[in-house]
Amino acid sequence: MWHALRDAVRRWLASLGGSPALPLTLDRRRIFVLPSAVGLVWGGALVAMLLTAINYTLSLGFALVFMLAGLGQVALLHTFRNLLGLTLKELPPEPVFAGQPARFALALDNASSRARPALRLAMAGSDEALDIDVAADAALTFHLRVPATRRGWIAPGRLTLSTRYPLGLIRAWSYGQPQQRCLVYPQPESDRPPLPPGDAGTLGLRARGDGSDEFAALRAHRAADSPRHVAWKAWARSPDAPLLTKQFDGQDGGELWLDLERLSATMPLEQRLARLTGWALDADAAGLRYGLALPGQRIAPDRGPAHRARVLAALALFGLPS
Amino acid sequence: MMFRRPAKTAPDLPPLGAQRTGWLLAVAASALLPHADHLPGWLGAVTLLLFTWRLAQWKRGWPGASGWIRTLLIIAGCAGISLTFGRLFGREPGVALLALLLVLKLHELKSVRDGHTVVLLGYFMLLAAFTYSQTPAMAALLFAAMGVITAALIALTGPPAAPLALLRQSGWMLAQALPFMLVLFVLFPRVPGPLWGLPLDAHGARTGLSDSMEPGSISQLSQSGEIAFRARFDREAPPARDLYWRGPVLTEFDGRTWRQGTAARRTGGTPPHPVIGPRSGYEVTLEAHGKNWLFALETVAALPPGARVSDDWQVLSGDVVRNRRRDHFESVLAARPGIEEWSAHIDAARRLPRDGNPRARALAAELRRQSGSDAATVDALLRLFRREAFVYTLTPPLLPGADGIDAFLFDTRRGFCEHYAGAFVFLARAAGLPARVVTGYQGGERNSVDSFIVVRQSDAHAWAEVWLPAEGWRRVDPTAAILPSRVERGLADLAAGEPVPFVARADLGWLRDLRHRWEAANNAWNQWVLSYDQQRQRELLSRLGMAQPDWQTMTAWMAALCGVMAGALTLWALRRAPGRDALARAWAGLDRALAPAGLGRAAWEGPLDYAERVAAARPDLAADLRAACTLYADARYGGAPPAPAAREIRARSRALRRHRTPHRR
Repeated sequence: MWHALRDAVRRWLASLGGSPALPLTLDRRRIFVLPSAVGLVWGGALVAMLLTAINYTLSLGFALVFMLAGLGQVALLHTFRNLLGLTLKELPPEPVFAGQPARFALALDNASSRARPALRLAMAGSDEALDIDVAADAALTFHLRVPATRRGWIAPGRLTLSTRYPLGLIRAWSYGQPQQRCLVYPQPESDRPPLPPGDAGTLGLRARGDGSDEFAALRAHRAADSPRHVAWKAWARSPDAPLLTKQFDGQDGGELWLDLERLSATMPLEQRLARLTGWALDADAAGLRYGLALPGQRIAPDRGPAHRARVLAALALFGLPS
Repeated sequence: MMFRRPAKTAPDLPPLGAQRTGWLLAVAASALLPHADHLPGWLGAVTLLLFTWRLAQWKRGWPGASGWIRTLLIIAGCAGISLTFGRLFGREPGVALLALLLVLKLHELKSVRDGHTVVLLGYFMLLAAFTYSQTPAMAALLFAAMGVITAALIALTGPPAAPLALLRQSGWMLAQALPFMLVLFVLFPRVPGPLWGLPLDAHGARTGLSDSMEPGSISQLSQSGEIAFRARFDREAPPARDLYWRGPVLTEFDGRTWRQGTAARRTGGTPPHPVIGPRSGYEVTLEAHGKNWLFALETVAALPPGARVSDDWQVLSGDVVRNRRRDHFESVLAARPGIEEWSAHIDAARRLPRDGNPRARALAAELRRQSGSDAATVDALLRLFRREAFVYTLTPPLLPGADGIDAFLFDTRRGFCEHYAGAFVFLARAAGLPARVVTGYQGGERNSVDSFIVVRQSDAHAWAEVWLPAEGWRRVDPTAAILPSRVERGLADLAAGEPVPFVARADLGWLRDLRHRWEAANNAWNQWVLSYDQQRQRELLSRLGMAQPDWQTMTAWMAALCGVMAGALTLWALRRAPGRDALARAWAGLDRALAPAGLGRAAWEGPLDYAERVAAARPDLAADLRAACTLYADARYGGAPPAPAAREIRARSRALRRHRTPHRR
């Protein structure tokens, strides 16, 4: 209840200066200031000091208290100014596997001639905060880590950029909402069985590990081919000719299909996806051509980083509302 | 550029680094130093020891004080303080306790929160220092200390920085706070203190007159150049010889010591009867002296509100004078009070101890017989002092306890005003005249700079009063009979070799001039800064044109002026904040040059990625764009100088603007 209320207040505050979507330059409507805990104690101490000055009729005591009160006012402005004009940007986040933290890449741009020390950046949902000092005329990129426990898209939480600099008496803060989601692949099953046999060559795949695969033929190079299989010697002989790719027995004979439905239906879905993820990684590491078959979705066998990303994304998003 | 990933478990408790610890040591030093001269000796030593220990721990890596040592020290310290002062509350023990806490807290610095505690304690110590001294020098010292403490506060919040940079920033912030301070100081409605009963030690022991007199008690004061009060006359000041500032009147005599009588304890609201004659008006700014006496010229005719006059014509205030105060009086200098006097007071002024000083009694009886009338007896007594070889000296020989007056009159004949006044009153009483000793101040020095008359403790004086039936109380100053210049020029003309107080010396004219200037400045400080109270505030504000300076108006003005200043400061801050530097402007210019051709940069795109994307689409623009983007990336992220890069980017942007639409040419 309390949390919901607080969140509603923050959402409302965040929207005060217009949409908080990144990229965002902090103008004065977006920056909020309130006394910090230290500031409240300071105010209490000032009241006590004022009473002392009145009681002992200390003219200079009054001067001291009023000076400190003025200092509080000045601190408010300086703290506010420490955030003013900063620009928050986001960079596309890299996909991660469940269990690893999602890393949201952000950039803080200070286009003024003043350094911005002692900034703190926190993201809702992340249990850590970053303390940053940005020099004058400088930009800084950094990552905020959010624990990712489940596959699928993970949306970045609301960013809170705050500072108490210079005196620590006042806290100024502002909100920003990064837009780019981070894709979380299923966590690869850790003790997974070896790759299943390919469609044609039954156990041929297993033999690859022994180094007994045989060179079969050359064909025209495709962008997705692994550089390890480029016929470099042939290319060295005639550099003007198109690149050729060596084809091996084991690969040629069988295309590996990673098929969800071939796994035992008694296994929970998540575990089956985890196993397929692990196998996709294994196949990719082995340089195999592999395809993915999910109910209602098929990805033809191929290899390379782009293919791997496609397969893993399909596994990550399978069965989730888009 | 710094990058810290703090542990989440205690976000508000980051550990203190060595630099911050150093700053907190500086805070403690600058907060404790102003108290060095009034902490009890043992506590001063303990404080110094603990501070040095902590310093060694910081600098040399000595082991720190463990928890049980600290606990032991705090218990022992509290016990010591309550033993020294007899209690734990009040100003003196409070300051001692604060000092102990501050220095012990230095041994327990774990987190930034501890640092904030030290800083707040430091500010409190500064305030406490003002209860001891509020001189301009002290004010300057304490405001410098405030700069150090504020710099420490910045060090606690910000990243590590050079000490000088922090001091500069703290000074800059304090300079910005100064206008707020001035407005609040002038306009904050002053409440007359105290709000609650002050402990007895609220104001320390003061030098000044006392309510009794024995040989030596006033000559002690004569060595003090301390200012007792200042006076300013509404019109021309009377000559110094007419300025008798009346203090305690001493009627009772026990053979050695003179004390106040019953008349001193009987008070009426106004002078006992009207005083007729030309009045002199003047304002007296009295220093705190811990008694309820006010000093007015003889004979006082009009009193400030709240003041009373005793039956022996001493002016008293309602409370003990704990703070400097300003009062306006009117006096009739020529008037003699007491034509109608209570017979009890007259009888008290005749009383002598049953025996002692037989030679003086015999002399008085002889003089009385020769003179016949009361008035003639007074003249004869004065003639005696003038004729005989009496010497006025600040260092009289010690007198015996019994028959002291005989010894003075017939043997030593060397004395100070209290000897002469006492001997005169004794003789007068022995001759059957009602007489009493009056103590107070005589004369005063006119400051040529601000025309204030400055009366010091060295102007303390004792004279006599004789009651004559048709006349009332007549002032008789036997000291003036011996050394007339004493009442005309002060102590400056004492015989050579006498230890004249430095401030009373007549030679060294330039020095005197310098001293006058210094004292005038001090007086202005006292009058306008330290004594800025409710009355002064109203005076000043109505002079500034505020029609009705009550607290509502003052608060309204205060709020308005603070608002205006905060607004001005905000404008100043905003003016500078959004200013994008030359590099950013040039970069934005590049975007404007290419955006119309649909080649604008996406918000998420880095400069180099952007250059490559456009270069692929428009090879004709690739060279310029790549160059511009590389320049920008190098200047923004790589630390290359931004100004030449900005110039070059602007040049490339112009070229790109010309070529962005090749098909139309």
